[in-house]
Parts: sequence; structure tokens; C-alpha cells
Amino acid sequence: MRKHDQSTIDTVGGHEHHHVEKHSHAGYRQAAMDRPTVALVGNPNVGKSLVFNYLSGLYVDVSNYPGTTVELIKGSYKGYEIFDTPGVYGISSFTAEEAVTRDIVLESDLILNVVDAVHLERDLFLTQQLIDMGKKVVVVLNLMDEVRSIGLEIDTKLLASSLGVPVIETTATTKEGFDSIEGALQKARTGERSSTLHHRLHDMLKLTGSEAEALLILEGDESTAQRHGVAPGHERETLYIERRNRVNLIINAILSERNIRTRFATLAGRWAVNPWTGIPMLLLALYLIYLFVGKLVATDLVGFTENTIGHELWEPWIRGVIAQVITPGSALSTLLVGEFGVITLTITYLLFLLLPLVIAFYLSLALMEDSGYLPRLATLVDRSLNALGLNGAAIIPLILGFGCVTMATITTRLLGTEREKTIAAAILQFAIPCSAQLAVVAALLAGAGFAAMLIYSITIFIIFVAVGTILHRVLPGSATPLLIDLPPMRFPRLDNVARKTAYRSYYFMKEATPWFFAGALGVGLLQLTGLLTVWQDLLEPLTTRWLQLPREASTAFVMGMVRRDFGAAGLYHLSLSQYQIVVALVTITLFTPCIASFMVMMKERGWREAFTVWAGTWIVAFLVGGLLSQALL
Amino acid sequence: MITNPVALSKAAKGSRLVIVEVPEGRARAQLLRLGVTKGELIRCLERLPGGTVVILKHRQEIAIGVGLAAHILVVHAGAEQQERRS
Repeated sequence: MRKHDQSTIDTVGGHEHHHVEKHSHAGYRQAAMDRPTVALVGNPNVGKSLVFNYLSGLYVDVSNYPGTTVELIKGSYKGYEIFDTPGVYGISSFTAEEAVTRDIVLESDLILNVVDAVHLERDLFLTQQLIDMGKKVVVVLNLMDEVRSIGLEIDTKLLASSLGVPVIETTATTKEGFDSIEGALQKARTGERSSTLHHRLHDMLKLTGSEAEALLILEGDESTAQRHGVAPGHERETLYIERRNRVNLIINAILSERNIRTRFATLAGRWAVNPWTGIPMLLLALYLIYLFVGKLVATDLVGFTENTIGHELWEPWIRGVIAQVITPGSALSTLLVGEFGVITLTITYLLFLLLPLVIAFYLSLALMEDSGYLPRLATLVDRSLNALGLNGAAIIPLILGFGCVTMATITTRLLGTEREKTIAAAILQFAIPCSAQLAVVAALLAGAGFAAMLIYSITIFIIFVAVGTILHRVLPGSATPLLIDLPPMRFPRLDNVARKTAYRSYYFMKEATPWFFAGALGVGLLQLTGLLTVWQDLLEPLTTRWLQLPREASTAFVMGMVRRDFGAAGLYHLSLSQYQIVVALVTITLFTPCIASFMVMMKERGWREAFTVWAGTWIVAFLVGGLLSQALL
Repeated sequence: MITNPVALSKAAKGSRLVIVEVPEGRARAQLLRLGVTKGELIRCLERLPGGTVVILKHRQEIAIGVGLAAHILVVHAGAEQQERRS
């Protein structure tokens, strides 16, 4: 085993959130000093993150979905500084990820290009582009185990001589071949380019001084052209076709197929996009998730952790401890261990209610991601999402929203246009309950019966469709068509799934915890100062007449502004009839997004959009809740 | 027999096709990178109601929404070969 003790991690411009800054390359270069820098570059989902983990000894999120990593992460390996980059199909600035990768590539001394050996055809386009840029490249031919198992044969030596750069074979999941990376890095060199390209680059080279930038400008990259004060070139099409043809020639020479077996996974992948088999598969997946998250964890496990451990063991014990130090009934005691006690209620909610749910949710999500199912789901729902002004790719943020709306709002930046980002973010903020809230909702609905559950689901679904449809009609423009590659279906690696779940749950809890404490403290202070009564009086007409709920329900709305699940949890101890439960839950679900997601909304979409949505949720929540109440009660 | 080009969004599931036209614009560059360009042989793996298609280019599966697939023109692979002969 190698020692990883000298490793460092730096995430430029952001931590757990996928964060992109436009010109982040200026800062990280200085940190590198004079050690050679290596950019780890590859298509999405080729095992790049596993290579990075090995080299740096650090963990980064590994996903089987194109475009889930938009982070910029640095590590060190031997004498090199290693930069991980978002997965891209080519170097340009079509997307935020490409812009990040482009900047790192331009600044790096060496390129470690990780290639999916099963999809050479797709991946070598990027490889050839990196070579065409005049960068020193090493190609890591990954997924060799899969190549062998499906009966492909690759002439690696011929590939290396055709490309003109070192090529090493690896299987990232078992680390096979990783030990030869260091040696290969020392042999990294500029590869073979077509002679015509050399001529084309000649004139532009005088202006830029760098072959890489000259090529990008010729290929019409606006931002590189702007940096050098020249007009972007018009040769993208010609250059891309030449490169494509060159890659096809190489592939024909190096690749041979023995007897390709149709694997079960390939078949499963095909079934997932066929409506007749895909919809039952989706329903089955949802049912399994419901059984696991909704029933096993939310009901049985949380029932035990929250009631038995939280309410019966933890809370009485800590009250006893605090009572020895602080007089019971005093202001401080109320704040700490009272009805909304910072220590009692918050700890119970966080550790015994939220934590099991969050872990269960992220586990399900990781399994769906790593199996390659998500992009197929995106394909299946593509046409339906067109009606909301989105394409299938938007299913990713929407599904993530069921985990955490805040996180999902950040991933909306993966969508193609501002219009799609606006629509997806609005749907998330209005109509998607996050896992924590959903758990409390599910627990309350379970007590209210099937009819209540049905009314709740249908109402939220109608709002979901309405928000999308209305924005689609109102905003100028149209939906951009779906264009994604479908990674092969494979059985998820359980250690990867476990690590990813732990990593995400940790960051979720890290982010949620301060807000919970702040929220409990805030509500506790409101209660102490009597402001809670003022607020209840203020909302009284809305709460008791229009929504026909007990006046204490308005406390839940204050809590809901802090965190959504916190709000729903505030309804827990009220005695409500089954239809009152539906009304209260619909209102709290549609009500304002939590503080954290409002902040993210401000950052991602600007204050105007954030405030419009925030104000909109007030109106929609009380309007829909009230109408429902008038109809039901 | 020479068949007229049809939109990819209307191609039959399972058919082998040759691309004869790819629309201009940003999607063109992305399709080019994936190797989906004029003259290339593809197979239509799935055509969903509404026109979203899944194509197979060698071993790579690619999903294309109807808004784009409707503007990609294809002919049947057999027909194209006959066209060349005549």
C-alpha cells in the first residue's frame, strides 16, 4: 500500500456543492509552485474519479451519470500536482464543465487522459483533440476487464504508435495497471497530428503563442478568442470531421471483435428505455424505494430511533442532566430543553429522524446512479418533460430534489439553457418535497389513510405540472432537445455505493445541523418573548378560518421557513383530523423553500427570481391549501 | 429502388440507417464528437412514443430528443447502398 499522508485536498471555489468559477485557473496555478501539473481529463463516467482517488489518496464523488461532478479538485502524487476535471466529450465552452476543463487543460503541463476502452469510438475524439492541442499526453485505457469480458480485442501497441503517446491498460475498479501510471507520466509527450492541421495552426500561432489556444480559436471557441482579442474561427466543422475520420481510421486498425455476446446488462438497458418494459421497471424501482425508504426506514426504523431512543431515552435523560445545572422553568431551560428545546428537539430530529432517512435516500440514489439507470430514465421521460419546457436530462435535478432541494437547485446548472434552469429551479422550490420533509409527510399520511395519501399526491402532482406548464407558456423560447450518451448498465460496486452514500449524508448533515439549531433557537426565542403568539394572531384568519386548522399550526409555518422538514415536523404533535392533515401537509409542502435552498436560489438564479419564487410559494401554498380545505372540510 | 430520406424520429425500431443530413447549430458539433455525422451507419434501437429515439453507433447508445431527431435525416442502409450502385 502506498502512503497517502502527504496528500492535500483543495476544492477551488466551493466545497460539497458542485461549484464552477469561470476563471478559477488563475488562483490554483500559484499554489502549484514549480511542480509539474497534471490534468486528469476524460469523458464522463470513464473511471476518472477512481484514478484520481488512487493517485491522490483522496475520495471524490464517483457517479455513473454524465455530468454529476462539476467540481474542481486538486491532489498530489509523487512530484506532481494532479487536477481532476469535470467529464467532457471535447474541449470548448459549450457548457460550464467544458469551460472549467478547458482552462485546466490550457494551464497544465501534462494531460492524463482516461479513456473508456469499451467506448473508444466516443472517447478518442477527446484524446485526439488533446493531442491536436499540442499537449503532452498519457492515455489510460481503462475498463480493460469489461473489454475482455465482452470479447473485444484492442491492439494497445498500435494505438500508442498511432496516437504517438504512451498508452497504459488499467482496470480502475481493481486498480490493475495503476502502478504503471508514474512511469508513463515520465514518458508523456506530444502526439501525432495530421500534417494539414500544422498548416492551419501556423498563422493563428503567431497571434496566441500557444498551439492549444490557437487550435481552440480556429475551432470557434469564443472565450479563448476573446482572451486574445481575435475573432473566433470558422473551422470547427472541418476540423471536427477531420478528427473524427482520423479517429475512425485508428479504431478500424486497432479494434477487433471476437464473439460479442449480448450481456444481460445490455438487455436490461434496452428494456429500461422501452415504454412497455421501462414503465413497469420504473414502477418497480419506485416501489422498492418506497418499501425501503418509506416503510422499512421511515416507519419501522425511525419509529424506533425517534420514539424509543429520542423521546423515551435521550430527552428525559438530558432534561435530568440539565435540571441539575439550570433551574427547570427558567428562560434558559426552556430554550435548551423546552418544547422547542435546542438540545432535546433538535437532537432528536437530526439524529433519530433525519439521519436514517437521509442515508436511506442517498443509498437508493447511489444505486440508481451507479447502475446506469438514471440516463435511461431521462430518455424514458424525455417527451413528458418536453410539455414542461424541459428535456429528459432535467429528471436528474428533479429526482435529486426528493433528496435535498438545495443540492438539486445547484445541479440545475447542468441544464442547457437559462430557461430550463429557471423552470427546473421553480418546480423544485414549489412542488418537490425533500427527503427529510417527505419522511415526516409519509409518517403523518400513513396515519391518515389511503384517501389522504391519494389527495396529497394528486394535489402536489397537479402543482408540479402547473408550475412547469405555466412557465413554459410564459417564458420566451422553447425546450432544447435531449442529447445524451447512455453509459452501459452495470451492477453497482457496493463499496463505491457505500462510500458515496456516507460522503453525501455527511455533507448533508453538516449543512443541515446549524440551520436546525438556529431554527429551534429562533422559535424558542419567539416563544419566550411572546412573539410566537403575535405571529399566531397575525396568521389566525388564514390558519383557523381559511385553512381550518388549529392556530398552533402557524408555528409550523415559521419553522417551515427555516427548514421544510422542520415545518412538517411541527405538525406532528397537533391533533388533526385526516383531512386536516392533508390540508396542513399540502400547505407546508408548497410553502417557502428552506433558508439554505433560498440562499442557493439567490446565488444560482439571482435575487429577482429567488424573491419571485419565494413570494409565489406563499400565495400558492395558502391558495391551494385553502381551496382544498374549503372542499374537504 | 431509391427511398426518400426520412426523419430519424420516424425511423422504424431495429432498422439500420445511414445519416444523410444533420442540422446546423450547436447540437451538430456535439453529434459530430459522438461520431453521429453524415454518411455514418447507425441502428435505431428504440423509438419512444413522441419521437425520442435511442440509436446505436457501434457500441455506443445515444438518446436523442424529438426536437433534434426530427431534423436528422436518414435512409435505410440497404437503400443507400443501392443508390450508390445505380
